[in-house]
Amino acid sequence: MTAIPSTGSKAGTTSAASTLGQRAGKARRRLSNPWASGIAIILAILWTLPTAGLFITSFRKQIDIGRSGWWTVFGDLFTGDARFTWDNYDAALHGSSTNLAQFFVNSIVITLPSVVIPIAVALLAAYAFAWIDFKGRDWLFVFVFALQVVPIQVTMIPLLRQFVNWGLAGSFWTVWLSHSIFALPLATFLLHNFMKDIPRSLVEAATVDGAGHVQVFFRVVFPLMIPAIAAFGIFQFLWVWNDLLVALVFVGGSPDVAPLTVRVAELSGTRGGAWHLLSAGAFIMMIVPLVVFLSLQRYFVRGLLAGSVKG
Amino acid sequence: MDWLTAAGSPAQKFTLMLFAIVLFIGVVALILFLVDRPKNPRKWMLVLGFLGLPMLGLGFGLVYPAIDTIRNSFLNRDGTRFVGLDNYVTALTDAQFLLVLRNTAIWVIVVPVLATVIGLVYAVVVDRSRFERFAKALIFLPMAISMVGASIIWRFVYEFRPDQQGIQQVGLLNQVLVWLGIPPQQFLIDQPWNTFFLIVVLIWIQTGFAMTLLSAAIKAIPDDIVEAARLDGLSGLGMFRFITIPSIRPTLVVVLTTIAIATLKVFDIVRTMTAGNFGTSVVALEFYNQSFRAFNSGLGAALAVLLFVLVIPIIAYNVRQLRLSEEVR
Amino acid sequence: MTRKATSARHRRRTLAAGASLAVVALALAACSSDDGGGGGEETGAAPEIDCAPYEQFGDISGKTVHVYTSIVDPESQAHIDSYKPFTECTGVEINYEPSREFEAQLPVRIQAGNPPDIAIINQPGMLRTLVRQFDAVTPAPQAVEEEVDANFSPEWKEYGTVDGTFYAAPYDANVKSFVWYSPTAFADAGYEVPQTWDDLLALSDQIASDAGGPPWCAGVESGDATGWPGTDFIEDMVLRVAGPDVYNQWIEHEIPFNDPKIVEAWDEAGKILKNPELVNAGLGDVRSIATTPWTDAGQGILNGTCWLHRAANFYAAQWPEGTNVAEDGDVWAFYLPAMTQDERPTLVAGPFIAAFNDKPEVQAFQTYLASTDWSNVKAKSTPGGGWVSANKNLDPSLLANDFDRYVYQVLTDPTTVAGYDASDAMPSEVGAGSFWTGIVNWLTGQSTQQVVDQIENGWPSD
Repeated sequence: MTAIPSTGSKAGTTSAASTLGQRAGKARRRLSNPWASGIAIILAILWTLPTAGLFITSFRKQIDIGRSGWWTVFGDLFTGDARFTWDNYDAALHGSSTNLAQFFVNSIVITLPSVVIPIAVALLAAYAFAWIDFKGRDWLFVFVFALQVVPIQVTMIPLLRQFVNWGLAGSFWTVWLSHSIFALPLATFLLHNFMKDIPRSLVEAATVDGAGHVQVFFRVVFPLMIPAIAAFGIFQFLWVWNDLLVALVFVGGSPDVAPLTVRVAELSGTRGGAWHLLSAGAFIMMIVPLVVFLSLQRYFVRGLLAGSVKG
Repeated sequence: MDWLTAAGSPAQKFTLMLFAIVLFIGVVALILFLVDRPKNPRKWMLVLGFLGLPMLGLGFGLVYPAIDTIRNSFLNRDGTRFVGLDNYVTALTDAQFLLVLRNTAIWVIVVPVLATVIGLVYAVVVDRSRFERFAKALIFLPMAISMVGASIIWRFVYEFRPDQQGIQQVGLLNQVLVWLGIPPQQFLIDQPWNTFFLIVVLIWIQTGFAMTLLSAAIKAIPDDIVEAARLDGLSGLGMFRFITIPSIRPTLVVVLTTIAIATLKVFDIVRTMTAGNFGTSVVALEFYNQSFRAFNSGLGAALAVLLFVLVIPIIAYNVRQLRLSEEVR
Repeated sequence: MTRKATSARHRRRTLAAGASLAVVALALAACSSDDGGGGGEETGAAPEIDCAPYEQFGDISGKTVHVYTSIVDPESQAHIDSYKPFTECTGVEINYEPSREFEAQLPVRIQAGNPPDIAIINQPGMLRTLVRQFDAVTPAPQAVEEEVDANFSPEWKEYGTVDGTFYAAPYDANVKSFVWYSPTAFADAGYEVPQTWDDLLALSDQIASDAGGPPWCAGVESGDATGWPGTDFIEDMVLRVAGPDVYNQWIEHEIPFNDPKIVEAWDEAGKILKNPELVNAGLGDVRSIATTPWTDAGQGILNGTCWLHRAANFYAAQWPEGTNVAEDGDVWAFYLPAMTQDERPTLVAGPFIAAFNDKPEVQAFQTYLASTDWSNVKAKSTPGGGWVSANKNLDPSLLANDFDRYVYQVLTDPTTVAGYDASDAMPSEVGAGSFWTGIVNWLTGQSTQQVVDQIENGWPSD
């Protein structure tokens, strides 16, 4: 993918690691000019405000939600009229006969393999497309990449039929396999693009030393790919965690296997409209992804150092 | 074997989960080990070793259903009779579907471009600032929200109440209009602007993705390039134009492509917010409705095939990029 | 033991390994011994129903019946509770799986060869599709047919019949021909409940001039099902203007969708829904009906911004806790009047119980659900109200509140002429597609003729 900028060659020998070291030594600076600060602040507010509104809504009484906007609580705070309640969270957490903790467990059990498996498999494919020369390679790669457009819905019936035949219907295996397969085209595409940008000299040096592809994969490519893997892993984590469709089709609503999304989607009630509960449910759902993002954010920062630009 | 398909207690579930992870990593390791056994493995063995498992999964899970869909698109509603191109004729001539195609085109152009541009600008302006972590977390936030959550969030933005004594606005956007002295609007009804109000939701979600990847790419621009450019007198917009953009070009292409394809498939935003009414429907939603609501599998399949066709320009662009980079290597 | 029994069902065709069979056997043994010890989870008391009808199905103890439905929390608990006496009688566990995506997912599961044992289907139109297009539904067994003949009117049996074969017994019943209002507000203003359609229009005009604003509030937004509350209003008017016979011909497409009689009825509904003097109280102009959630639309009755709201009996569940639903209270509903005082055409709807195999435990459960025993148990286990059956032999005193008894009385009143919800009975392309979007287009500007012509053109041909 890389079209090397003319300036890029100057840095041909600088390794990713040393760049990082240099940067770490630098002091962080303030935003350089007021325009930049202004843009950043406006975008940040625009992006956060809707969510903030829902957050406040989730603590309001059902009757207030329909009568006045969430921003009125600020005025009410001054006059002392503001009313907040835990009822929505209480109902979302304890309203069902099944303990919500069980759905949390199911979500985690569904998500982790659905992140690890496609990455492991896509790494193999990405390596082959990036570093093994074979006939028809480019066309095969384009084909795999194009498979991203296949809507999940067209795969549901054929896949479920097979899972029923294999006796897997209703088990975790169906969601793991489905999520893994659906993630493969994008995972292969992204990982390939980062893998390709590993300096050819590094790979060639190892080959000259007599290393085969498997050794190159483990000794050279894999360590440099760790940040990229982490970045993709976090995105895949979010997508699987928030997935409703695959879970509905393959494991249904059985409390033994169903993830949190299935439970939260039901909060709106048989006939819909229970927004006060949904708003609380949406925030309960968000806790884990936010923790994951905040704790792994450093990988995003260094995330793709090995990729994108030949360092 | 019972525990393989039925796990009851959390301990059993986590054990099963670990087993699945270890199993797959083990299989991958075994394949690599086998490929590595011969001193000079044949190329076909290498290719088979590295690509066998992924191709098996793709073939079974995506290629076969896709081919099946293409076949169905030539059959009638319950797949019992060959009808030739009838479904395509319906999908491409019916006025209702033409509108849907137009909307899809708007989505697939506007969303990737705006999400990428906003993500890029934001990544640049917060880069190396003191609040970078926090600032990026704010833009990333929408990605962490499920579709269900996103749809109610935006309901509370677009909600309409009439301008009338004793009635308060519940939607933020209309409240802003009222504060400015403009009468409240029914954002989701008025064509063609309603499509753009729906598009905003997806941009809001996807900008985090673009920002994250682009920010990482910006950080990967080697410092000496930046320093050299600075010594040459470049700064601000000049730096952005001549150093940042060319350096992160490959990532830009990746981001645009990924978001464009994701946009083609998005239907839940439209489904939950307008159900495709008021002229806002898109191909993916029509496909869903025909297949799962009207049980017209033939027409549904034809619409899915249209999605495949719509992705061709995006593929062609990427093939060109691939060629270019091959020449450089 | 439910869990292992459930997983046994998933595995039944495949893992024939000795080990798994042993586990299943153990599980089954454990289940039955459980029930031998007195069964129920809550009490050791004897079942409150007569167990004799289920003996004909043989020894089915320890089996599981998988029920798939669209009824989710919080309503689901009452349903689960109502199955307990059956489990106590027979030892059959009921695995209740609710999903809001039920309508789209059920056909997927059927086509993939993984249907539930029983599905609670909300539309007869869907039942027909499942029978005709997927050939998936098992005809109701003799025992169920006998129960239905004894307990329900022939009309209700007919709704569960496709091409002359009886498939599905009725589950709940709803009455849609209601107008919600505030009896206290009416009393204060001196308004009377109208007895004919013309009275209703006159009353609407009077309130509009007295109150200086539109009296009716309406909303048809319902997520991806937006439009359905509007179809109910049209159907009510077809029943009133064109009569039940034309109504049924219209459903069966024996007359075209754009028949002049239908247009006339539709325009009659437009006298309210498209009249800016009469709608949309506290919610905006006529177009705002299309974007107002139906669940919120009637709430203005409580604070006086709205006077009249046409909605089904189940709108009762939308009133906030503490609302006094009574004939002289905060809210109540009157029958949407017909053209004359003597006619009682009434729009009804309700789900049906379809089975996808003929295993004895499934048939036994179907028989239970069609029985008066179940209706009575269900009434008792729904203390919050909002549940009514069309079962003639139900004991109305068991129903939770006066409003439910009122609904039940309308349902079983011999003078009531029931018409089943047309959009639920039409092919889903129309009934869950073009009819819904037609309503939205009509409310946002298209003429009646334009809308009905479009729907007629889109009627599935093969």
